[in-house]
Amino acid sequence: MAEPMVLTADDLDDLALGCAVYGTGGGGDVSGELLAASVALKTYGDVPLVPMTDLPTDGLILPLSMIGAPTVALEMPGSGREAEAARAEVERLTGRRVVAVMAAEIGGANGVAPVGWAARLGLPLLDADGMGRAFPELQMVSMHVAGLKPEVVVLVDALGNTASLRPVDAVWAERWGRALCVASGSSALMADHLLTPADRDAVVHGSVSRALEVGRVLRTADEPMDALVAALGARSLVTGVLEDVDRDTDEGFVRGSVTVSGRGADHGRHLRIELQNENLVAWEGGAVLASVPDLITVCDTQTGIPIATESLRFGQRVTVLAWPCDPLWRTPRGLEVAGPAAFGYEHHYMPVEWTGLLMEEGRR
Amino acid sequence: MTRHPSSRLRIGIDVGGTNTDAVALDARDRLVARAKRPTTDDVTGGMRAALEAVLAELGERSRDVRAVMLGTTHATNAVAERQGLARVGVLRIAGPVADAVPPLAAWPSDLYGKVVAGVAGVGGGHLIDGHPVAPLDIEAVKRFLGEVAGRAEAIAVTSVFGPVHPEHELRVAELVRAELGTAVRVSMGHQMGALGLLARENSTVLNAALGPAIAVVTAALSRVVTDHGLDAATYFAQNDGTLMEAAHADRFPVLTIGSGPSNSLRGAALLTGRSDAIVADVGGTTTDLGVLVDGFARESAAGCVIGGVQTNLSMPDVLSIAYGGGTVVHDARVGPDSVDRAITTRALVFGGDTPTLSDAGVLAGRIALGDRDRIADRRDGGAAARLKTAVEDFDTELSHAVSLVSHGRRDQPVIAVGGAAGLVPDTVGGHAVERPRNADVANAVGAAIALVGGEHETVVPAGSGRREALQEARATAVERAIERGADPDDVSVVRIREVPLSYGGRRSIRVTVKAVGRLADPGLPPQTAADYE
Repeated sequence: MAEPMVLTADDLDDLALGCAVYGTGGGGDVSGELLAASVALKTYGDVPLVPMTDLPTDGLILPLSMIGAPTVALEMPGSGREAEAARAEVERLTGRRVVAVMAAEIGGANGVAPVGWAARLGLPLLDADGMGRAFPELQMVSMHVAGLKPEVVVLVDALGNTASLRPVDAVWAERWGRALCVASGSSALMADHLLTPADRDAVVHGSVSRALEVGRVLRTADEPMDALVAALGARSLVTGVLEDVDRDTDEGFVRGSVTVSGRGADHGRHLRIELQNENLVAWEGGAVLASVPDLITVCDTQTGIPIATESLRFGQRVTVLAWPCDPLWRTPRGLEVAGPAAFGYEHHYMPVEWTGLLMEEGRR
Repeated sequence: MTRHPSSRLRIGIDVGGTNTDAVALDARDRLVARAKRPTTDDVTGGMRAALEAVLAELGERSRDVRAVMLGTTHATNAVAERQGLARVGVLRIAGPVADAVPPLAAWPSDLYGKVVAGVAGVGGGHLIDGHPVAPLDIEAVKRFLGEVAGRAEAIAVTSVFGPVHPEHELRVAELVRAELGTAVRVSMGHQMGALGLLARENSTVLNAALGPAIAVVTAALSRVVTDHGLDAATYFAQNDGTLMEAAHADRFPVLTIGSGPSNSLRGAALLTGRSDAIVADVGGTTTDLGVLVDGFARESAAGCVIGGVQTNLSMPDVLSIAYGGGTVVHDARVGPDSVDRAITTRALVFGGDTPTLSDAGVLAGRIALGDRDRIADRRDGGAAARLKTAVEDFDTELSHAVSLVSHGRRDQPVIAVGGAAGLVPDTVGGHAVERPRNADVANAVGAAIALVGGEHETVVPAGSGRREALQEARATAVERAIERGADPDDVSVVRIREVPLSYGGRRSIRVTVKAVGRLADPGLPPQTAADYE
């Protein structure tokens, strides 16, 4: 049997960098959760990273995520005791034992924090997540695409307030969860879509080790931007300067758009990225260059470091990357849950590989 | 006869690890006097010597000096060397909502040991919507102040969402005055800028710790100006390349950190007339590489790290390598230690016994310094070979660092400035190297041309009213810069920061606008073409 992989405090920087890449601008700034996870690992020890097949079949997998506004998470790191309260409540309600923690969302802070939660709970972390990226709404998870019901949703806030919900479906879980989160100051830990090792088709496998690898590549490469493009199999949409940042917060979401004005080879081009916590759609004129559920990340041109939507600033020099999502999001059910229409768009989804081909066609 | 307006002078001073430089510029930014003196242990001596030398060179014109701008690495050094720092009582007001990361969790242990007189988290703070996390636990605050009384020279207080709801921090400041007296300074997180509790808390504690270090410099500066009967305003250069009135430096010493890189970049721009370039500032201990974009320092996206501590302060994006003029050449390695300002006694070319990178530069024919023959006098088996290798090591490291900051683009020149600029070879990794006149005093030049900034922070509605409100915020920042002495013809908005604030239905954005402009001379009419005749 292969040596089980163990996450140590030394892995966190690379993991955080990779999670920021998969965060597509959202999922929150990773720096706060990085510190919290680091404190947890140093205090409670390293965390085994395990595939689903290694878990006892009668155990529960606890998918965890912070919900709320990214700005708030940066300011309010949490009590650190939220995960313990969530486990206790889940075990009390189900009468079953939790055997592993899973990141509900690998993108952004929610990809990093579960390592610390697992350390605090003395549990392994599952090498999987529910998105393969970041999404703004909690029904936008692979478990929902696979037809699982949220059943029990547990919310714990930084003050220790704990709620358990039995919503009729994932959309209601989102609505109720969001309302409680706002009451808690726009930040809360949530456990939902409890899984068992039998739910093999309900998750995106290998996401933690992939994020770790992408982070490592980005940190060690001589030409970080090129290395990142290669590691992700991404397409570079434009390189230029951020000209307009029009952002707004509405019902707990950062919404708005930014415009990148091309420089160098891209001189004269203007790319507009629309965002709702995450980067959703990249437009050039009336044409969609890339769209949810495919991934769009804005990177610092010099360093390749991804920039979160709330950190986008006038004058930054950036390169916009896009790459394909996990295949489950391209199924009819996946597109219904997190395709353009789920975000209020009317355009039809076209895989980012195809729009690239069309663009080259147009230039010929 | 009225004096010609361009007779008004500004003096820029740069206190470096090795030398203290001073320059006088006229109203058209022409360098009219310069001096370089060794930095002294007390800072004051070197600063006074350099300033007096420039005043002497100016002669009668010294009465035209209207402003003295000081850029000093004093605060940076104090943190880096863990010296001259105040002991700080660190108070976090957040109830349980930030326990996951204790205060100063990521601080290097030696710095923590030097600075921290005590740490406490007390009940209080607010959620983003203004709902209190808990009422401020005044008894706990008093208990903490009692514990650190007599040991803490300053108190740093940071509350969760303090920048939006500062009242608990302000209340603690009152309590400190009542319990510990006015001699104990209070540094408050909400004055240290943006949301992001941990980095803001770090900046607040460093700011508290730096009080004594900056007070020494402030006192020295005002004494020199008074002693010479100058009718001149005094300023400190700040991390963002703008000026702070010296009277403010006591309250915000941490903002003087990082003025050096800004000044060297801006100075290099003026001396070469270039607005886009890579600048290599070769000092006594390090070579600092920065990037000039449209005449300004490229800022790093993240807050700067000082002495191993993550802050929320914006700074020029600088890459430092441990090679400077005073870097010691050991048998098996170069540096990272430096003889610093002892170079004039310890370097071989000055008759000392320590081989330095400057000796290596002299031997390689790059710089003329001291007595080249003294190296030969001391030459034993491997000494010359070691010095030769040291220059090659420097070139390799420098070339690598330049390629990192330029991201492989070779179309920009490298401007070499700083006291040991001569060490830089004629080309670095394919980049042509420029050495402007007065490159060795570029930092002082940069200080002398530092800009006046005006900042305005407000909450504007999101959505439809945003553009109009932003326009108004920009206008206010511009007005403030002008009020603080910026030239109305030169002010422009250089930074707009928007932080979405509202949750649960209310829609607003916290906006910070920064405008900067050249320091206008109150007696100086707007410049016209005639001034240049």
